[in-house]
Amino acid sequence: MSSTLLDPQLKDPAWHSRLTWFFLGVFLLIPSLVATEFRPWLFFEPQNLKVTAHFLGDFFPPNIQADFLKLIAIEAWRTIAIATAGTFLALVLAIPLTLLSTRVLSISALTGRMNRLPFIFRQGIRFLLIFLRSIPELVWALVFVRVVGLGPAAGVLAIALTYAGMLGKIYSEILESGGTEASRALMSNGAGRLQTFLYAVLPQNMAELISYTVYRWECAIRSSAVLGFVGAGGLGQQMDNSMKMFNGSEVATILLVFMTLVGLADAVSSFIRKMMA
Amino acid sequence: MQVAQKDSSWRIYSLLAAIALLVILSFLSLDLQLSRLLSARSWELMSRFLGELLSPNLEQSFLSKVGIAALETMAMSALGTLIAACLGIGLALAASKKYKTDPARARAVARLILNALRSIPELVWAALLLISVGLGPFAGTLALALHTTGVLGRLFAESIENAPPHTAETLRVCGPSELNIFIYATLPTVIPQLISYTLYRWENNIRAAAVLGVVGGGGLGQMLAFHMGLFQMQESSTILLIMILLVMAVDGFSYWIRKVLSQ
Repeated sequence: MSSTLLDPQLKDPAWHSRLTWFFLGVFLLIPSLVATEFRPWLFFEPQNLKVTAHFLGDFFPPNIQADFLKLIAIEAWRTIAIATAGTFLALVLAIPLTLLSTRVLSISALTGRMNRLPFIFRQGIRFLLIFLRSIPELVWALVFVRVVGLGPAAGVLAIALTYAGMLGKIYSEILESGGTEASRALMSNGAGRLQTFLYAVLPQNMAELISYTVYRWECAIRSSAVLGFVGAGGLGQQMDNSMKMFNGSEVATILLVFMTLVGLADAVSSFIRKMMA
Repeated sequence: MQVAQKDSSWRIYSLLAAIALLVILSFLSLDLQLSRLLSARSWELMSRFLGELLSPNLEQSFLSKVGIAALETMAMSALGTLIAACLGIGLALAASKKYKTDPARARAVARLILNALRSIPELVWAALLLISVGLGPFAGTLALALHTTGVLGRLFAESIENAPPHTAETLRVCGPSELNIFIYATLPTVIPQLISYTLYRWENNIRAAAVLGVVGGGGLGQMLAFHMGLFQMQESSTILLIMILLVMAVDGFSYWIRKVLSQ
């Protein structure tokens, strides 16, 4: 043992850094374990074990009574509808914000640097977009449930605002990453910004813009299913109710429907994106 | 050529029509009561709410409580991601076909598990785990870990399958165990990619962890749900501000680090 340690040929040249990283890891891990109240044995306390076993045992068979299935089908449609309406409103908000914030449509930037006032204005719009998307949709939903009451309106508004921020950001990135020759040519010959957008920038980037929007719609379906937990309607709300009653068989049905829905949205969105490509 | 173009434009128009129909049906079926939304009363509520939001509670004692909750959120995300990376690599090994004649018997099962873990959002995991381990950050951490395991496991499996096979093949003809081949040949070639996936998910998880608490999973979200439930708007506003700052800081940091790394 000692001979291998002393043999210079067998000495690990990186032992110093390995040891440092190891202790640094442990040093950071322990406070995290304390802060997150990491107590895995909670699972195995007889009280918890009994509740869990009972709940999970209830999962099979899932509840497939006709009236419950009908209720779930309605909620599943509402989840889709909230996501679709929210994404549509987000699109309506994001398009003007993109037009106002993108550098591609700056006339002063054609000749050197952008003027100061338009620059500040564009940065302001960018900041608004950052603000919109840095509040998670669940928090927006929590806010809107206070203002417009329980129901799908809160969910639609929450998705609309967060997604407007995300779409706006990605749209301007897409526009700015495309070639600018056509738009520069149009603008330096006196075309207006809207004309330039419609005849140069938009046709050039259309497929990519649609693909990204469809991808966001898919994400919106996932998040609208979750928004129900704060009272914004849809599958989540139903799941919250069933969970509060520890009704495992209902939860099992809802989970299955939810997974199917997400899978379906995934398939539809990848089909459309393939079509666009 | 003409025919092909006509064909594809027909498809695009029908797609657009289908999308328009979906949007219209959505708005019709939802009963959004937009009139109520645009009524004077809700504007009054909204503006009062915004006004209250602009007067955060900045007392020292409350701020330190929010700070602790923010640290809790960070710890949840870090630990959840770490657990997920460990579990993810295990499942990814089972879910990947490592060489041409690899029977990979567990592949289908492991992929099914990964898909199931991934398709249930963190928030639903948290709500389910509350039943087993009760309210608090532990449930949130596990929820993040489970969902992220699904995401990372799939990404890891793909990188392992796509790794250049030469070093592994060289070792394989010498006859060490599959585990040793993985540790000494495949892992070193894919580890930069695995680390970058993990960091990317960590960034997502910080955002998710801030929210998880709303269903009782600890951290900033739990505090927000608590104070908002009591209509304590000044406290809620402080928490919201800290949340926004945290998310922006993470965004900025990751933007910066990507810029540094890509140079």
